[in-house]
Amino acid sequence: MHWPGDAPPGNGVARDEGMAVPHTPRARSGPTAASAAPTATSTRTWCRRWTRRPCAPAWCGRHRPCSASARCTGACAGWAQGGCWALPCPPAASHPLPHSVTSVFFGGGTPSLASPGTVAAVLEAVAGAAHLPAGAEVTLEANPSSASASVLDGFRAAGVNRLSIGVQSLDDAELRMLGREHTAAEARKAVEAARGLFPGRTSIDLLFGLPGQSRDAWAQRLEATLRLCDDHISLYQLTLERGTALAAQVRAGALPAPPQDLLADMYHTARNVLGAAGFRHYEVSNFARKGALSTHNLSYWRAEQYIGVGPGAHGRFVLRAEGGCSREARVQTPEPVAWMREVQSQGHGTRSRAVLSPLEQLEELLTLGLRTDEGITHERWGHFSPQLNLQAVFGEPGEARALQQEGWLVLDSGGLRCTWAGLAVLDSLLPALLWQLQRVLGAARCPPRGAPAEERAGGGARGL
Amino acid sequence: MALAGRAALRWGARLPSPGPAAAPLCRPAWLPAACGRPYSSRGKEEIDMSTYPVESIRNFSIIAHVDHGKSTLADRLLEITGTISKTDHNKQVLDKLQVERERGITVKAQSASLFYNHEGINYLLSLIDTPGHVDFSYEVSRSLSACQGVILVVDANEGIQAQTVANFYLAFEAQLSIIPVINKIDLKNADPERVEKQIEKLFDIPTDECIRISAKQGTNVEKVLQKVIEKIPPPQCNTADPLKALVFDSTFDHYRGVVANIALFGGEIAKGHKIVSAHTKKRYEVNEVGILTPNEQPTHKLYAGQVGYLIAGMKEVTEAQIGDTLFLYKQPVEPLPGFKSVKPMVFAGMYPVDQTEYNNLKSALERLTLNDSSVTVHRDSSLALGAGWRLGFLGLLHMEVFNQRLEQEYNMSVILTAPTVPYKAVLSSAKLIKEYGKDQITIINPAQFPDKLSVSEYLEPIVLGTIVTPHEYIGKIITLCQDRRAVQKDLLYIDENRVMLKYLFPLNEIVVDFYDALKSLSSGYARDKAYAAGKLLCEHLKETIPRQLFEIAIQAAIGKKIIARETLKPYRKNVVAKCYGGDITRRMKLLRRQAEGKRLMRKIGNVEVPRDAFIRVLKRETDK
Repeated sequence: MHWPGDAPPGNGVARDEGMAVPHTPRARSGPTAASAAPTATSTRTWCRRWTRRPCAPAWCGRHRPCSASARCTGACAGWAQGGCWALPCPPAASHPLPHSVTSVFFGGGTPSLASPGTVAAVLEAVAGAAHLPAGAEVTLEANPSSASASVLDGFRAAGVNRLSIGVQSLDDAELRMLGREHTAAEARKAVEAARGLFPGRTSIDLLFGLPGQSRDAWAQRLEATLRLCDDHISLYQLTLERGTALAAQVRAGALPAPPQDLLADMYHTARNVLGAAGFRHYEVSNFARKGALSTHNLSYWRAEQYIGVGPGAHGRFVLRAEGGCSREARVQTPEPVAWMREVQSQGHGTRSRAVLSPLEQLEELLTLGLRTDEGITHERWGHFSPQLNLQAVFGEPGEARALQQEGWLVLDSGGLRCTWAGLAVLDSLLPALLWQLQRVLGAARCPPRGAPAEERAGGGARGL
Repeated sequence: MALAGRAALRWGARLPSPGPAAAPLCRPAWLPAACGRPYSSRGKEEIDMSTYPVESIRNFSIIAHVDHGKSTLADRLLEITGTISKTDHNKQVLDKLQVERERGITVKAQSASLFYNHEGINYLLSLIDTPGHVDFSYEVSRSLSACQGVILVVDANEGIQAQTVANFYLAFEAQLSIIPVINKIDLKNADPERVEKQIEKLFDIPTDECIRISAKQGTNVEKVLQKVIEKIPPPQCNTADPLKALVFDSTFDHYRGVVANIALFGGEIAKGHKIVSAHTKKRYEVNEVGILTPNEQPTHKLYAGQVGYLIAGMKEVTEAQIGDTLFLYKQPVEPLPGFKSVKPMVFAGMYPVDQTEYNNLKSALERLTLNDSSVTVHRDSSLALGAGWRLGFLGLLHMEVFNQRLEQEYNMSVILTAPTVPYKAVLSSAKLIKEYGKDQITIINPAQFPDKLSVSEYLEPIVLGTIVTPHEYIGKIITLCQDRRAVQKDLLYIDENRVMLKYLFPLNEIVVDFYDALKSLSSGYARDKAYAAGKLLCEHLKETIPRQLFEIAIQAAIGKKIIARETLKPYRKNVVAKCYGGDITRRMKLLRRQAEGKRLMRKIGNVEVPRDAFIRVLKRETDK
C-alpha cells in the first residue's frame, strides 16, 4: 500500500533510505504486533534509519577495551495510520546494543502520517534500552499535506524536536510537475506552523533543476525560500530516476532536460545567495545557520556508527557485544511484507551482513567525508587507519597531489577536504582518490577488499 | 552493386607529370593457417599415386563472387566422390578458420583430391579452392596457375557480379577452360535464363554450355563433375622430366614446420629427395609428401600433374613463398613464371590497448605472422597510443581478418589506426638522397612523409576496379568515381538494366580518406577535404572523451597548421545530490568501478581518454 500522501514511487525524488527503527525484538509479545504491522508499501522507503552514535570510548577499543555494556532495545513501528505497535525488548546481553543513542531520525515515506503515539512508543523503547540524552536530536520527516499545527504539536509532545519538511518547491506548477499533492500555500503554512513549534529546528527540502526551470525562476524561488525558511535548508538537484514518469517525459522530449551548465549555475547561485544570508554550506546539499546542522545526518558523513531498522534499511556498526571488532555493513530485507514476516519469525529483519575490510571502510569514509565542509580530519582518519595517516596516503605525489595543485582539494593541518570549487565536482575527484587509496593500501599489503564472506543472516544472527 | 579490384596494380604518378610510372606491383599471397590438420590419415593405407597417369588427372578451381555458393559446391563435390561422408554438417568444409565460417568468406585456399570413376576410368580430380576476395587475388592467380580449368559459379538470382568478372578474366588470361555454372536455381527469384544471357554477352560463352545447379540441394552437381572430365584438359607435363613443383599455398604446423601445397609440373617427388627453392636457393630434404583429402594423407610419391603437399623441414612460411618453384638439388629448372614477393598495400598502426599488454601482443603478433608471411611488421610509436607497430596488409579485408584472428585466437584487443596506402617519393634533395642512399623511397608511415620541397614526384598505387550496378545508379557512381580521381576504362551494359564499369582508382581513394591531410602538403587540391575530415575527427573525439575538470581543446593539424578545433567544456558541477547512510553501498559499487576504470584510462598529458576512444573514432572513420 501507499502511504496516503506518500510521494508516488515514480516521481523521481523519492528518498532512498530505509527506516529506522532500532532493532526489532526477539521475543515478541501480544498479537497486536502482527495485525498492526504495515501490510505493504510499494516503496522501500517508508522507514528510515535511526542512528546510534558511538560514545567515543565505546567506539574505540583502544581507549576502553570493549564495552560489554552496549545495549539497545527496540521496537518496530509502521507509519500506518491508526495502527501501531511498539514492543519493549528485554535487553539481552548478547545483543549488540549501543551504550547511548545520540539521535533518532524518522524518515522515508511520510512518517508524519503515523500517529504521534507510534513515535512516542519507539522513542520510549529506545530510551528503555540505551541512554537517550534529553537533548538528543529526534527528527521527523513531514509532508506539508500532513503537517498541520495540531499534528505537529502531537509529535512534539511525543518527543520529536526537529522537523524536516518536504517543501520541494514554492511554485504550484512545479509541484504539479513533480507529482506532489500539496500546494505552495500549504507548504508555507506547514513551515510557519513548524517554525512556531520547533523554532530554530525546522528544516526544509527544496529541489532545483526542474525541466524548464530558468535561472531567474530559481533565483526567485531562493528569495521566497529565504523569506520563509528557518535555519536549515536541504537543496537537491532533481535526479531523473529511471522508471519515473518525469524521467519518461524528459526522455520522450515532452519536457526539456536541463542543460549541465544551467544546473551548475543554479547550484552556484544557491551557494552564493544562501552564503550571503548567513548559511554555512556544511554538506554538498545542506545549508545551516546559527549552528543548526543536522547531528544525525552528520554522523553518516563522518562515518560514525548507525543502526537502520525497517525494510531496506542500512546500518554500519561494530559488533562489540559479540566480541567483534570489525565494522559491519548490514542491510535489512527490502520488501516490507517479507521484512515483517522475518521480524516475526526470527526476531530481526537483517537480510545481509558483511564485514567491511579496512580498505572498504576507508573508501566509505573518503566518499562521505569529502561531502562536508570540514572534510576528513586527521583524527577521524586515524580511527580507521591507525597505520597510514592522511599524509602518507594522499600527501605523496599522485592523483591527490595533482588535484591539490589544480585547486580542487586541500590537505592541511585540518585534514583532507574539497575546496569551494572542488565540492561541486566531487564525483569527478573521487574515482582518482579511490584509485590512489587502493594502490597505496595495496602496496602496504592490506588485506584485499571484500574479505570475509557476506552471509545471509540466519537465525543466530543478531538482528539489526 | 559490387566493386572488385584486379591484380593490375601499378604506381601512378601524382605530381607534376604522369612520368614513367608503370612499375608493376603485385598482390602477394597471404598464408594464414592455424587450421590444425588432424593426423588421423596417417594410419590409412597409402595410395599408390602411380596408378594415376597424367591423362587421368584434372586440376581445377572454383571461382565465384562472394556468397555465390563456391564453398557449398565444393562440399557437394567432396561428398559425391566419397572424399567426405555425406552428412548435414558439411558446411564449408574447406573453410577451416573461424573467421571464414563466421564471415562466409574463404581467405585461405584449400585443396582436396577427389577420386572419381567415369566411364570405367579412375580419375584423380584436384580441387583447389580459392579465396574469394580481391585482397587475395595474387593467391587466386597462383592457385589458378596450378589448374587447367575452372568452374565459374554465378548466382541465379544475383547474376554476374564484379568479382565474377574479375575472376573470369584471371582464368581467361591464364587460358584455362571455363565451365560456367548457374547456382541456386532452387531459389524463388532465380532467373537462370537472364544469367545465361549475361554470361553470353560478357564472356562470350554460348548459353547452352551453362549448367544449372543447386549446390545446396545437390541438383545437377554430378553433371558438373562429368563436365570437368570432358572439358578440362589434363596437365601437359611428363614424369620423365626433372622435378618442377609450384608452391601455390603453405601453412604452418607447430610440430612439423611448414606444410607447402604443391603442384608438379614435371618429374616426381618422394621422401628423401633433396630439393631446392628457386627463390631462396635454400636446400631441403623431403620428409613427407602426400595428397589432401582434404586432410593430409601421406603417399609414397607424387608424380607430374598431381597436386599435394610437401613437408621438408622449412621453419618459416617465408621459406615457402607462394609462387616459388622447387626443383631437385643439382637439377635446376627454369622457375615457373609469375612469382612475386610479398608486397603489402595497406598499412595501419597497431597498439596495445594497455601498454602493459605490449609484450603479450608482441608474442601474439609473432605467432600469427608465422602463419601469415604477407603481413609485414615494423616497430612504431605514437604520442597518443604509446609503443606499437606499423603493420602492412594485402588489403582492408586482410587487415580486418588479421585483427579478428588476434582477438579470437589470441584474445588480444588492440587499437588499430586508420589504414593508409604506401606512397613513393622521387627525391630531389641531394641531402635526402644521400641519407636514404637512393633517390626513390617508399613511405608506409604518414609521419615520415617527406616535404614537397625535397621531392620531385610522388607516386601512389593504382588499382583497376570493376563495378557492376543496376543502371539507375550509373550517374551517381560516375560522379563518385570522378570525385575519387578515378579514370574510366570501360562501360558496358551486361543486360537491359545492369552496367559494368571499369575504373583505374588511386588505391588510397578506395581504402580510406586519411591521406587527405598529406595530399594537402603537396598541393592545395585537397584542402577542403582535409578541413572536413579534421572537423569530423574532432567532433567524434569530442563525443568520445568524457568531460573532465578542465577545458580540453581538440585540434586537428596538418604539420603545424591547425585546421579544426572543438572544445570540450569542463565539468562545473558533478556531485550526487543525496548521499546518506542508506545508499552508500550502491554508490560505493559505482565509484569502485570508476576507480577501476582509472587504471584503463590512457593519460595523454593530463587528459584522461577512455581506452576505446581511439578505436571508436577510428572505426567511425572506416565506417564512412
